[in-house]
Amino acid sequence: MAIKTEPFVLNIGPVHPSTHGVFRMRATLDGEVMIDLEPVFGYLHRGVEKLAEERTYTGVIPLTDRLDYIASMTNNLAYVVAVEKLAGISVPERAEYLRVILAELQRIANHLIAVGSFLNDCGAYFTPFLYMFRERERVIDLFEMVSGQRLLYNFMRVGGFNQDVPDEFFPALEKFIRQMPRYIDEYERLLKENEILLARAKGVGILPKEVAINISASGPVLRGSGVEWDLRKVAPYSVYDRFEFDIPTGTVGDCYDRYRVRVIEMRQSLRIIEQAMKEIPAGPVKSDVPQLIRPPVGEAYGSIEAPKGELGFYLVSDGSIAPYRCHIRAPSLLNLTALREMMIGWKIQDAIIIFGSIDITMGEVDR
Amino acid sequence: MITSPGLNLEQYRQILPPDWPGGFWWHWLVFTIIIIVFVLLLVMGYIWLERRGMGRMQARLGPNRLGPFGLLQPVADAIKVLIKEDLVPTNADKIVHLLAPIVAFTPTLMIFAVVPFQNGALLADLNIGILYVVAISSVSTVGVFMAGWGSNNKYSLLGAMRNVAAVVSYEIPLVLSIIGVVLIAGSLSLNQIVLAQDIPFILLQPLGFLLFFIAGCAEINRSPFDLMEADSELVAGFHTEYSGMKFALFYLVEYAEALAIASIITTLFLGGWRGPLLPPWLWFVIKVIIVFFVMVWTRTTLPRVRIDQLMALAWKFLLPLALINLLITGIQVLAWPDALPWGVIFLNFAIAVVLVLLWSKLFKLGWGRVEV
Repeated sequence: MAIKTEPFVLNIGPVHPSTHGVFRMRATLDGEVMIDLEPVFGYLHRGVEKLAEERTYTGVIPLTDRLDYIASMTNNLAYVVAVEKLAGISVPERAEYLRVILAELQRIANHLIAVGSFLNDCGAYFTPFLYMFRERERVIDLFEMVSGQRLLYNFMRVGGFNQDVPDEFFPALEKFIRQMPRYIDEYERLLKENEILLARAKGVGILPKEVAINISASGPVLRGSGVEWDLRKVAPYSVYDRFEFDIPTGTVGDCYDRYRVRVIEMRQSLRIIEQAMKEIPAGPVKSDVPQLIRPPVGEAYGSIEAPKGELGFYLVSDGSIAPYRCHIRAPSLLNLTALREMMIGWKIQDAIIIFGSIDITMGEVDR
Repeated sequence: MITSPGLNLEQYRQILPPDWPGGFWWHWLVFTIIIIVFVLLLVMGYIWLERRGMGRMQARLGPNRLGPFGLLQPVADAIKVLIKEDLVPTNADKIVHLLAPIVAFTPTLMIFAVVPFQNGALLADLNIGILYVVAISSVSTVGVFMAGWGSNNKYSLLGAMRNVAAVVSYEIPLVLSIIGVVLIAGSLSLNQIVLAQDIPFILLQPLGFLLFFIAGCAEINRSPFDLMEADSELVAGFHTEYSGMKFALFYLVEYAEALAIASIITTLFLGGWRGPLLPPWLWFVIKVIIVFFVMVWTRTTLPRVRIDQLMALAWKFLLPLALINLLITGIQVLAWPDALPWGVIFLNFAIAVVLVLLWSKLFKLGWGRVEV
């Protein structure tokens, strides 16, 4: 006699330890197997895009901090790059180098959290997470040194920076660069070849190359699927064309590949910072920008390679002191598009690590 | 030569008469109190050890405010959960919800009735002691399933289902790996098994020890098999809907089960209370704590396995190896009926290493994606 079973609906979230914020997955389960999934988001919607329309161009920068609060420095960068494009403002050489250094530090900090919480989702009870927070703390210390803030830096300005970094910044940075590779080696020793992690993450949640391109995924998710696409290389902004670095790519597009891509990217970021530190010129850090920026009528799209993918700001100007329209291309949201395809057929436990491997921040998804 | 149970050394003779301190009821009363105090104290010690040990391994401090080295932290934890409000979900099956922690806790406590703290110092020296342990330890699963079913929460139910699946599967390799020990010792009584261990059975039964340890960890849901309360997936598994005293009982069950498995491992494989210089009961406690420390260690180190991998590990890996171990032990006991020669130790270690390495090449854990 066959047992009569029926699928049931499990609400994972909006408040759940592994949804990295207030994301909700309405999962239809057949026992442990996920047979349908409906992602629900919007719980953290704050109307950032609308709020931006009522502020001056400089006044929007604090709002961008609150998008991807794990990586606010790169959010600032994406926004100021867009405004500079719109208003045709040039940036001094030293400021460009500083931007590169800060953005790469932010990438390291973000990937530390991404990898740490991914491994935590795999069930490695907080050990990798706390190890990686230990090093993130040092990046944050560096950021605190330059901006006085530890989470929402609000440091970049249109046309450069308000102030130069303090004298003690570069010695501290050098020390960090010297020590960080050893810590990355430590993470690799701990879990890279772990049998359970391989069994859990290899071949799980495959995002095929074609699908990844079709959903316009970007960042480590796209590169994990084997597409060599990095805005720092294909459309260099700032001074990225002057540095030597590789773009790590995965082969299959599974959770393990995405995890590997992130770890290798940390090493590449260190490489970039090292070069930038050597070449950074002296000089002013801010070009001559008026107090109230009034860009000419027109539109501009500025985008950078944020830690999570291509972060773009589309700005329309009507000649006034506030943007007429501000749209944010959030990598977290677009990377989530294929969530259903990636998760169906896998078990709840896999669904959690697939979700963790995409690495999203709800502040950016909901805006 | 390894001596057989008949050749006990003088120092290990029966210290206490079976009905110490005189009379059935006095014996019962004294040992019940000893067991409860032992379990409560060691569980508190365990909680402290786990939190401090994990703090140390995770590059943080761990609790260090209450008392020296945070030793009073478990007391504070206990007071906190006791004064919490006892919440029962509206649609819960009230009676089942109430009974579940009790049903889960009682059998766990009953395991200690047959565990010898030192020679002859145990509540009941059953001649089928180990059989009793295996039987009674499975009962607490009923309590866990009642909790999952009674609290009317899908996470709880999923956790409870996983627990039942895990316990049913892992019971078999668990029992089979015990039989090897029983064959060598020639008795089912835990006290007799300890008396038979002139050298700890971990040396004679390395494979059996490994299988028992893995199966035991899975049975009590210690990491990396802690699927039923997988905090990153099922929030808190079967005790999601519990608070206050009932939650405290489940918390107690979790550590009491770990204590029980550590006690059984100590008794079966590590020579129980036997050891030089120190008093026997102290040896017992030290060994139990060492076994538990290994569990804490694995918890901080390893990621969690998936449910199908958990099942596959039991049926494809542990069960065949347990059967092979049983076969080898049987042959050895048959070949040297009086006492096993020293060479057996090296032989068994070699067999264990070869089998574990070989077997892990043969099978793939789990089956991955399901077409829907």
